[in-house]
Amino acid sequence: MIKQKKARLLQGNNACAMAAIDAGVRFFAGYPITPSTEIAEYMAENLPRVGGKFIQMEDEIAGMAAILGASLTGVKAITATSGPGFSLKQENIGFATMAEIPCVIVNVQRMGPSTGGPTSPAQGDVMQARWGTHGDHPVITLSPASVLETYELTVKAINFAEKFRMPVILLLDEVVGHMREKVIIPDVSELEIIERKRPVVPPDEYKPYLDDGTGIPAMADFGTGYRWHVTGLNHDENGAPAGKAEVVQSQLTRLFNKLRPYYDEISLFKTYKTEDAQYLLISFGGTARSAAEALQTLRKQGIKAGFLQLQTIWPFPEGTVANLCKNKKAVFVAEMNDGQIIGEVKKNIENKESLFGINKINGELITPQEIVQRVKEVVGVC
Amino acid sequence: MLKDVEQYIRMNRLPHIWCPGCGNGIVMKAILEAILDSRLDPLKTVFVSGIGCSSRATGYLNFDTLHTTHGRALAFATGIKLAKPELNVFVVTGDGDGTAIGGNHLIHAARRNIDLNVILFNNNIYGMTGGQYSPLTPQGKSATTAPYGNIERPFDICELTKSAGATYVGRGTVYHTKQLTELVKGAIQNKGFSFVEAVTVCPVSYGRRNKLGSAPQMITALKDNAVNVKAAQKLEADQLAGKFLIGELYKETAPEYTQSYDALIARFRKEGDAHEQ
Amino acid sequence: MKILNETFGGDILTGEKTKKIEINNKWCKGCGICYNLCPKGVYDKDEFGKVVIKNSEACTGCRICEDHCPDYCIKIGG
Repeated sequence: MIKQKKARLLQGNNACAMAAIDAGVRFFAGYPITPSTEIAEYMAENLPRVGGKFIQMEDEIAGMAAILGASLTGVKAITATSGPGFSLKQENIGFATMAEIPCVIVNVQRMGPSTGGPTSPAQGDVMQARWGTHGDHPVITLSPASVLETYELTVKAINFAEKFRMPVILLLDEVVGHMREKVIIPDVSELEIIERKRPVVPPDEYKPYLDDGTGIPAMADFGTGYRWHVTGLNHDENGAPAGKAEVVQSQLTRLFNKLRPYYDEISLFKTYKTEDAQYLLISFGGTARSAAEALQTLRKQGIKAGFLQLQTIWPFPEGTVANLCKNKKAVFVAEMNDGQIIGEVKKNIENKESLFGINKINGELITPQEIVQRVKEVVGVC
Repeated sequence: MLKDVEQYIRMNRLPHIWCPGCGNGIVMKAILEAILDSRLDPLKTVFVSGIGCSSRATGYLNFDTLHTTHGRALAFATGIKLAKPELNVFVVTGDGDGTAIGGNHLIHAARRNIDLNVILFNNNIYGMTGGQYSPLTPQGKSATTAPYGNIERPFDICELTKSAGATYVGRGTVYHTKQLTELVKGAIQNKGFSFVEAVTVCPVSYGRRNKLGSAPQMITALKDNAVNVKAAQKLEADQLAGKFLIGELYKETAPEYTQSYDALIARFRKEGDAHEQ
Repeated sequence: MKILNETFGGDILTGEKTKKIEINNKWCKGCGICYNLCPKGVYDKDEFGKVVIKNSEACTGCRICEDHCPDYCIKIGG
C-alpha cells in the first residue's frame, strides 16, 4: 500500500535536519548561532531517537573538528552555522578538503560582515564558500530556494560528500531557513542514498590516497584495522607526510581536479521559459523566489524574460551560464549582496555591457516588483 | 621493551624528525609501553594530535592516526570518541598546542569528562616554530619572543585540567620513564577524561637559549627538581621550593560523557521497543 | 642498518652469554643521553658523539639506556 504522502507545514531549518537524518546522518556537532539554531535543536531532539549522537561544542571550530572525527569512524556527520561561525570553521573545512573527509556544513546566511544583522537574510557568504579556506582547493556548494529544495539539496549534499569524499557546503539564508511552507516530503525509501567507497583490499595493501582511476580514493573507517594516517600536511598516497615536489604535485593535481569528470552530475539548476527568452534573470536561494514571481509578471507584460535558478553555486556552472546568456539583450543577476555571483557570470558572458546586477544589502528581501522594475528600466533603454 | 612495542611503530617512517636529545621519542615509547601492558587492541586504538613537535608523533604510530589542525586535537578526538565509544582514543598535544590555541578545547573536554587519554608533552617552548615562549614557559626564562625574559606567569596545567573536571591527572618526566608509563596506564584505566603532563626536554630551542646544558643534563635536572607527590607530603614547604610534583596527582570517578549519551539512546530504544509491542 | 652487537653476561654454569646490547648506529644522533645516564659506564662515544659500547660486561640489563634513547637505537636483549 503506497503510503499516502501527507503534506506538512515545515520550517526550512527543520527540513534540513530531517533530510540529514533521512540521508543517514547519525552525528551532529555544532554551536548555537542565529539563524541556524533550529537545526541543532532538531538534531538534539531527534538524533538520539535513531541511535545517533548530538553534541554542542564549545565553539564552531570545535564543532567542525568533531564532525570530522566522527566521519573518520565511518559515520555521516553534519554541522550548521551562520556567517560568524562559518568564518571560524574555515581552517577545518580546509583540513577536511585536504584529508578528504566527507561532511556537510550548513551555512544559514545572515547579514554580514561581522555581527551584521543576525535575524536578517543575506547572501554575502558566496565567495567565502568558495575561497574561505586558504590555498587552492575544490569545493561543492549548493543553495536551496524553498523548504522542499532544502530537504532535497541536503540529501544531495550528503550524497556528494560521501561520493566525492570531501566537505560540501549548503548555503541557506535566513528566509529559507526560518520560513514555513506546505511541503510533501519524499518517502525515505524513495531517496537515493550514497555511501562512501570503502577499501576492498586488506589493510596491508590499503593506500588511503591512491587514485583508482576515479580520482576519489577509497576511505577506511577508523577502528576497522586499516590503521591509516590522516594529516593536513602534504602527503603521499599512503597518507604519510611528503615534501618531494613531484609527490605533492601529483596529489594536489588529483585533489584540485577530482570534481571535473563529475561536473554535469554536480551542476544542479532549473530553467524557466528560457527557450524564447530575450532577457535572462539569474538568481539562487531565497532571492530565486522573487525572481520566479517577477518572471511571471514580465511575461504577462509581454517582456520575453527567462530565469535560470542556480542550485549548485560551486563549481560554478560556466557552460550552462554561457549558453543561456548567449544573444540575450540583457542579463540580470539578483542576489542579496553587493554583487558576487555576477562576477562569475561576467567571466562567462560575451557581451559584458548587457550584464546588470539587482542587489540589496540592507537585510530586506529583494521583491519581485524591484526585479520587474529594474528589468523594465533596462528594457526601456535597449 | 623496545622490541615489544615496535609493533606499534611505523618502523618504515623512522628515523623521526625530532632533534638530537629531544625528549619526545622517550615519551612516545613510554606511552607505547603502557599500551602494551594494558593489552589494548591496536586495531581499536586511535591517536589524535594537533600541530607542533610532539604532534608529529601520530605519523610514527601504527594505529589509526589523525594529525589535525593547531590546537584542535581534543575537538577532533571528541568526535571520534562520541561517534565510536568502543575505540581507545589518545590525544598527543604540546604545551603550546594544548594550552594556548587549544586551551578552550582542553577545559571543555575535561569538563565533559569524556573518556580521552591526553598526554601533553611539556617542553616549555614552541619548538617547531623555533623557540617562542608558551603558556608553560617559566617566568623569567628566555625565548625568541621573550628576548628579555618571559614576563608572563605560566599555567599549572595539571591544576587547571583538574579544576576543569578531569577525573585523572598525573605528571611524569622523561627521566622517570617507568613512572610515566604507569601514569599512562592509570589514564587508560580511568573511564573519563585523563590528563598526563609529560615533562620533556627541548635542548635545541629551550635548553640552549636558557643555558640549561645538554639533553642529558636537562634530563638529569628533572630528576633533581621533581618530587613524588607522596614523598612531598612529608616535606616542609621550603624543601619543596623550586620543585615540581610528579606522580598521580588527582583521581575521582564521575559519569563519563559517552556512557551518559548511550544511556539516553538506550532509553529511546526501550521506548521504541515498548511502542512496537 | 649498521648494528653494533655485543653479547655479554653469562651463565656461570654454561658460560653461554645471556645478555646482548644491540645498537642501531645509523639512527643515533649523538645526543649523549644513554652514555650519560648509564649507571655502569657501559658506553662511550665516538668522535661524532655517537654511542659505542665500551664495557658490555658491566651491563646489568637495567634498560635505562633503552628507555631513554629518544631515537630507539638501543635494545637490550635476553
